[in-house]
Amino acid sequence: MDSSSLLQYLITGLTLGSTYGLTALGFTIIFNTTGVINFAQGEFVMLGGMMSVFLVRVLGVTVPLAVPLAALGTMLTGALVERLAIRPVRGCPSINLVIITIGVSILIRGLAMLFWGKDTHVLEPFSGDQPVMVLGAAIMPQAFWVLAISVILLTGLKLFFSLTTQGKAMLACSFDPKAASLVGIGVQRMVMLSFMISALIGAVGGIILTPITMTSYDKGIMLGLKGFAACILGGLGNPFGAAAGGLILGVLESLGAGFVSSAYKDALAFIVLLILLFVKPSGLFGQKDAKRV
Amino acid sequence: MQNGYNVAYRRDMFWLAGFFTLLMLAPFCMPNNYYLTILILCGLHAMHAVGLCLLVGHAGQISLGHAGFYGLAAYTSAYLSTTLGLAVGLSMVAGVVLTVLISLLVGLPSLKLKGHYLAMATLGFGIILSILFTETVDITGGPSGFVGIPRLSILGQELTTDIAVYRAVAVVLCLMVWLSFNVLHSRIGRALRALHTSEKAAQAMGVDIARFKLFVFVLSAAFSSISGVLYAHYLTFIAPVSFGFMFSVELIVMVVLGGMVSVPGSIVGAFFVTILPEFLRAFENVEVVLFGAILILCMMFLPDGLAGGWNRLWSRFRRAVHE
Amino acid sequence: MNRILQCNDVSVRFGGVQALGDVHFDAEEGGITAVIGPNGAGKTTLLNVISGMVQQHAGFLIYGGADISTAPPHVRAGLGMVRTFQNLEIFSNMTVLENVMIGCHGRLSVPAWCSLLRTPRSVALERQIREEALEALEFVGIADLAGSTAKDLAFGRQRLLELARALAARPRLLLLDEPAAGLNIAETQHLGELIQRIRDANSLSVILVEHDMDLVMGISDAIMVLSFGQVISRGTPAQVQKDPQVIAAYLGVEED
Repeated sequence: MDSSSLLQYLITGLTLGSTYGLTALGFTIIFNTTGVINFAQGEFVMLGGMMSVFLVRVLGVTVPLAVPLAALGTMLTGALVERLAIRPVRGCPSINLVIITIGVSILIRGLAMLFWGKDTHVLEPFSGDQPVMVLGAAIMPQAFWVLAISVILLTGLKLFFSLTTQGKAMLACSFDPKAASLVGIGVQRMVMLSFMISALIGAVGGIILTPITMTSYDKGIMLGLKGFAACILGGLGNPFGAAAGGLILGVLESLGAGFVSSAYKDALAFIVLLILLFVKPSGLFGQKDAKRV
Repeated sequence: MQNGYNVAYRRDMFWLAGFFTLLMLAPFCMPNNYYLTILILCGLHAMHAVGLCLLVGHAGQISLGHAGFYGLAAYTSAYLSTTLGLAVGLSMVAGVVLTVLISLLVGLPSLKLKGHYLAMATLGFGIILSILFTETVDITGGPSGFVGIPRLSILGQELTTDIAVYRAVAVVLCLMVWLSFNVLHSRIGRALRALHTSEKAAQAMGVDIARFKLFVFVLSAAFSSISGVLYAHYLTFIAPVSFGFMFSVELIVMVVLGGMVSVPGSIVGAFFVTILPEFLRAFENVEVVLFGAILILCMMFLPDGLAGGWNRLWSRFRRAVHE
Repeated sequence: MNRILQCNDVSVRFGGVQALGDVHFDAEEGGITAVIGPNGAGKTTLLNVISGMVQQHAGFLIYGGADISTAPPHVRAGLGMVRTFQNLEIFSNMTVLENVMIGCHGRLSVPAWCSLLRTPRSVALERQIREEALEALEFVGIADLAGSTAKDLAFGRQRLLELARALAARPRLLLLDEPAAGLNIAETQHLGELIQRIRDANSLSVILVEHDMDLVMGISDAIMVLSFGQVISRGTPAQVQKDPQVIAAYLGVEED
């Protein structure tokens, strides 16, 4: 293998991995406030992509405006999901909530298919499609957008959780909901907030990836799976682990596609994940006792 | 009180007898073969649901990989009987045996994992298998499917009519239900429920938790694989789509809808989840949306599943009769 | 008297904390041996090591003449070493009777295929398990609750349920982890009598970890005192009560 193609795969992997990482972060945030794996997380990612395509190609909105609009739209969807499907059943066993999120994901996917059809949609790259040569590797400009926006988003989240009252309250909730409610934090509101933030992050991940991978109504299933895998890889509940897990998974997949076979890239990624789980049963950065269910 | 144990078992046996009678009578109310096909699919799906009711509902071990076992058995039997020309009966047995062995190998390391980590491991395994079904085109026929599988035959006798297949499926399903009731009403069932609540206490009482988890995992995989070989030789055509991740999820949905711990509930859940899309087909594009919505509403208004809802209705009815 | 259990130089560390340091502990056959000490002294850790829930970093355990230092918990249970838990680990969704029936699990067994096919052997065994579980419930005095769901029981009854579950295993060595925690005075007194009755009726040995001094002093044959993972005293209740080191550990040392 020569170094330029290695670099090429690495960048591709990191780009892909950023979206996985963002999806995984969405999973983590909701998991930490509710103890539930939100199976509709992948649908948020899909919605971000589809909405931006719809805004740009059908309504003729310019890209710089369409991106925040699509993200906001998905965030609203997240809020609606929490209000209509999650809040009414609070206190139910978590497996019930998980099934509800499965129902939500089927519902959203069905609606997306109704409105936008079954076709695959494309979105113009944010700044052209002339590859940039970096040390012999041809990098699409969109990759830089993906990486940059992911870094900005992650930094923003970090600041939100460590500086704002709301963010700190959410952290408190994730450590101990009962104690948090005793000191006057509205756990209910925090759950709502966690759905909104997760939807937002997922949507942004979906939007920035769309120019590279295109999108369709059923894109969310695989992205959701990868996001969940990234969460587990990094250790469930650990936001840093989720982001890192996403990047690792992306790179694994891209290296697998490049050096082994693109048909088996997902299989390779999952085999590595399985081996890792058997060696380290609570993920790379997880706490030792992984029992939450 | 002294015989409470037998009473509970007898009640389940009564239910099973009633269920079997119902299954045997059902074809006479069917206007055409299309309904029979759906009933057969219901029965095949119910086989998974019964196994998963033990594994997920009672032992509390989540699997998102049983569609993989389903497919593995189906493809193995299809390959042996079609490509290698083995007898159908032999191929089916081989398909089940191979799948059971694989489930043993997968279960051994996986069942050390807990909760979501176990879900992920089984999910990963299922996805790896479904990729193999799609990509090993020379063996499986790839995405376009495996065609020309010989029809089901029992002891050299080919089951040419759908009604014969249906009866076979019904008998096998009822056998599985019987085995499951036996397990649940024995020390094994008790050990499974115990380790679900507290692995620590179960161990302290002498339960070898690893062994029992593996037992129920392999048992449920065996049920799924039997369903798989029947499926392959009934439809004579299989494709990877049927054995994907979404089907594993659907299986869990059946069990949860059925009320988690109730075997009859799981069967009703399986029938519900299988029949519903057929009913909704009339609504064309909206069917998926409706399916999702109904799923959400069911969980909202029947948090303990169809079995729980039924129990509540039944006790309310009895109270009304008393007054 | 024979020793049913010998723990030799057992050490356990959690991270940098030494939970137990070279603890030497014996339990006499047929006796009630108590382990006491202030909070965090390592009492429960010792019980966890004995029952196999925590693996010691050094030292070895001899039980009934055999080395069980590395045996997993269910194997130790099978050898007749049965424990209860400080924070009640009852099977909350099962009935009281079923809980106790689990106690018979290791002792009364048939091959899995017998259960699967419900052979006459399996049916007979189930009946026997049921009867013995009822006996255990009667012994602790809650047989009338057999059909209730375990989580619906009052706290004191749940304690008794755990005891019955342990008894159903017909232990040779019963490990009790703070059985009186959360009980009122009358209940504790009843518990003390019950423990003695259990010991006498089944001629078994008891290791008792407990905070309630009246209970410990009232029923123990021998006492070991732990403080910060070290043995600071051992002997009969009378001897331990007078030991200045024990008094210091409980009340704090006056510096002069």
